[in-house]
Amino acid sequence: MELYQMLPKTNCKKCGKTSCMAFAVALMARELTPEDCPPLKEEPKYKESYEKLSEIFKPSEGATETGLIVHEDLCFGCGNCVVACPPNVANDPYGVGSGKAPTNPGRLVLTVEDGVVKAQNLGECRRFGKNKILCNGCIVTCPVEAIEFV
Amino acid sequence: MEKNYYVCTGCGMLCDDIEVDVENNKINKVYTACRIGVAHMKDGKESAAFLVDNKPVDETTAISEAATILKNAKNPLIFGLGTSSNEAQKLAIELAKKTSATLDDASSFSLGEVIEALLNNKTKVCTLDDVRNKADVSIFWGTDPSDSHPRQLSKYAYFPRGTEKQRGWEEERTAICIDVRKSHTAKICGNYFFQIPPGGDAEFIDALIAALAGKLPKTSYNFPPKRILELANILKGAKFGVVFVGRGLVYSLDNLEPLIRLMNALNEKANFHLVPMIRQYNTRGFNENLFKETGYVNSVKFEDGTVKHGPEYSVVESLKEKTVDAALIIGSDPFSILPRSIAKNLLEVPVIVLDPCETLTSRNAKVYISTAIDGVESGGSAIRMDGVKVDFKPAVETKRPSDETVLKKIMEAL
Repeated sequence: MELYQMLPKTNCKKCGKTSCMAFAVALMARELTPEDCPPLKEEPKYKESYEKLSEIFKPSEGATETGLIVHEDLCFGCGNCVVACPPNVANDPYGVGSGKAPTNPGRLVLTVEDGVVKAQNLGECRRFGKNKILCNGCIVTCPVEAIEFV
Repeated sequence: MEKNYYVCTGCGMLCDDIEVDVENNKINKVYTACRIGVAHMKDGKESAAFLVDNKPVDETTAISEAATILKNAKNPLIFGLGTSSNEAQKLAIELAKKTSATLDDASSFSLGEVIEALLNNKTKVCTLDDVRNKADVSIFWGTDPSDSHPRQLSKYAYFPRGTEKQRGWEEERTAICIDVRKSHTAKICGNYFFQIPPGGDAEFIDALIAALAGKLPKTSYNFPPKRILELANILKGAKFGVVFVGRGLVYSLDNLEPLIRLMNALNEKANFHLVPMIRQYNTRGFNENLFKETGYVNSVKFEDGTVKHGPEYSVVESLKEKTVDAALIIGSDPFSILPRSIAKNLLEVPVIVLDPCETLTSRNAKVYISTAIDGVESGGSAIRMDGVKVDFKPAVETKRPSDETVLKKIMEAL
């Protein structure tokens, strides 16, 4: 609702959504960014709101599409998250699921490279897509809080 | 596709599933290894170094200088070998016999006692693969594998699925940490972290044995009895339990008797095994090789075909009492790991250092030979902390000789 208040509320449909409310929902789900609203970006009277909104969504820059951030300075590559991650186990039960080297890297969300965890194939992450859930398998298993979702 | 895996010799776990990218004879990227392993694998150097009195010389001069030192010594000390292959260790034992040397490794002031107990079958043991496949309760006592052996929990003890543990750590495994501080491992263990005061381990063991027998557990530091009883109940229900013993526990006990008593008490009610958390990659190998040869795991002195054993032949005591008159240090840095008051006595005798790294000891040595890193630049075999033999091969080439080659040449020169 707060996001909606900052939008033009004209339901101009220029963004492709049917209403400003729908745009706010899409913004919330991180499907769209504030730049996708043409009036907000172009018209000077919305400049303040535009800057505010950009500021809100700034932390997600540098994060992956699911909002996963790996703090590389904290991570020491123990691989707890790699082995505990449910999609990793499902896609490679006898490799990373059993604590061993990955045998199916094309479908793994997390792998350890040069001693630091690397996120990839985010389409497989349970936090991604329409049926997403707030899985926290990689966060609770990390001893140094090196993984974070924004 | 068959993958080409290497063994990481960064710690006692000897992870055997490491992939590397090599470019121009240099390791560029390391996959699956932890940060300790990556630093270790990337540490290779192509050029060799032979120094006498910190001045570069050729290989023959350095070897003959080393042989002269050992020949002239009446009681040389051979110390280290925790990061040498089995083959090099066997040669070092031969060399010690030939030179009537005092032979010891770092286990004399860490987990040597535990390994001796295991080799004498004083308690039940298991391999790390058994832990992965079967273990439902793991106790980390006086050890923090998250920092010392980072992949211990993810590769074996807690997180992986095993043949008999397919439903994962949340449902089928319990990790318990007993330590003096809230370590990174303790954080993962959550509510099953039992914080005891330094030196309180023996009392905690007694209390736990009492709790296992159904008595009220008491400690002088008033540890909540309810929590000890709760712990005893979990342990009683274990189908396959493992106690990972670290230096924290060994340093706190006067001798191993309480630990053996605890293992016996646990095995009356459940099924428990002991695995020592050994830091260096082949300390266990040294202990086993020497045990096979002499019946002792460390601190021995060879003299006229006989073997003497006792604390007086350990590195600490022999340096303290100045009973040795030369030293051959292999893959260890006494100046960094021993107290200054003891290590400084090394300055009074001629020292030969074989080490891949330049260390404080190597800078103060008479002869320094920069050797290859096993598992990265040279091959061989080693014994993992649970007693399983692991073979490894080199990933890159180097001009540096391996410990084994140098020891062989010193033997020939003698």
